[in-house]
Amino acid sequence: MDKTKRKKRKAFVEQDMCVSCGSCVKVCPLGAIQIVKGIMAQVDMNKCVGCGKCAKECPASIISIEEVEEEYNEKKLV
Amino acid sequence: MKKNWYDYLWIVSLTYLILGFFNILFAWLGLLCFFIPLLISIIKGNKGYCNRYCGRGQLFGLLGGRFGLSRKKDIPHWMKSKWFRYGFLIFFFIMFFQMLWNTYFVFAGADNLKQTVTLLWTFKLPWNWAYHGTFFHPGVAQFAFGFYSVMMTSTVLGFFTMVLFKPRSWCVYCPMGTMTQLICKVRNRKE
Ligand code: SF4
Ligand code: SF4
Ligand code: SF4
Repeated sequence: MDKTKRKKRKAFVEQDMCVSCGSCVKVCPLGAIQIVKGIMAQVDMNKCVGCGKCAKECPASIISIEEVEEEYNEKKLV
Repeated sequence: MKKNWYDYLWIVSLTYLILGFFNILFAWLGLLCFFIPLLISIIKGNKGYCNRYCGRGQLFGLLGGRFGLSRKKDIPHWMKSKWFRYGFLIFFFIMFFQMLWNTYFVFAGADNLKQTVTLLWTFKLPWNWAYHGTFFHPGVAQFAFGFYSVMMTSTVLGFFTMVLFKPRSWCVYCPMGTMTQLICKVRNRKE
């Protein structure tokens, strides 16, 4: 199996709609979400395990859990 | 997860609402919920108040979460649109200034003190049991009634949307939340 093709679940925030309330930050067990400059939430792809707790909590329901390939992930982080 | 002292500020928010049933003058303390978030956003340029200290958000989170008073459904799309959020902010402020205007009339002696709490800007509830006179001007009490009305109105609205949608739905259209986010946007753009 090609390691770089392994699928992982990650949280994605529709940042444009974020109200920066921080509800997601409070429930993330891994501390993988932060509020950037009081404007919007940002997920740290290295820490997120895609558990979906933040998505459930977000009052605006703007977080989705999507499957990504690890390779794509690494590219995005550079 | 480790709990911090500020994770218990919902107790303060609850106490505030209860105190207003005993002596309306406690309503003045609510000004803290206006000035602290504003100062944090202006000085530090973040939403530290919402993200950490706001007891009201915590209270809704608790009632809707652990106490299961929320249907946990998605909020309708229009309620999270910028139109609605900024529109509600403006509406809220117009009503706020109207309240200040009424208070001014009492201060100026042009109007008498009204011992009522106005819910949802419409329903006037008699609240005379919580008024035992004041050492100060009746205008001081009028402001307390007015400010408590604002706090109760937002609690009632927040409670309804908590039940209907997600626990912290109020945070989507909370005027303080919208305003502090706006301040952060403006402030951090300049940097
Ligand atoms: S999906 Fe889970 S781990 Fe990832 S940011 Fe959300 S709460 Fe944290
Ligand atoms: S809970 Fe939702 S709206 Fe609130 S900060 Fe997180 S992503 Fe943004
Ligand atoms: S949006 Fe309003 S209710 Fe929610 S945390 Fe911020 S100040 Fe508190």
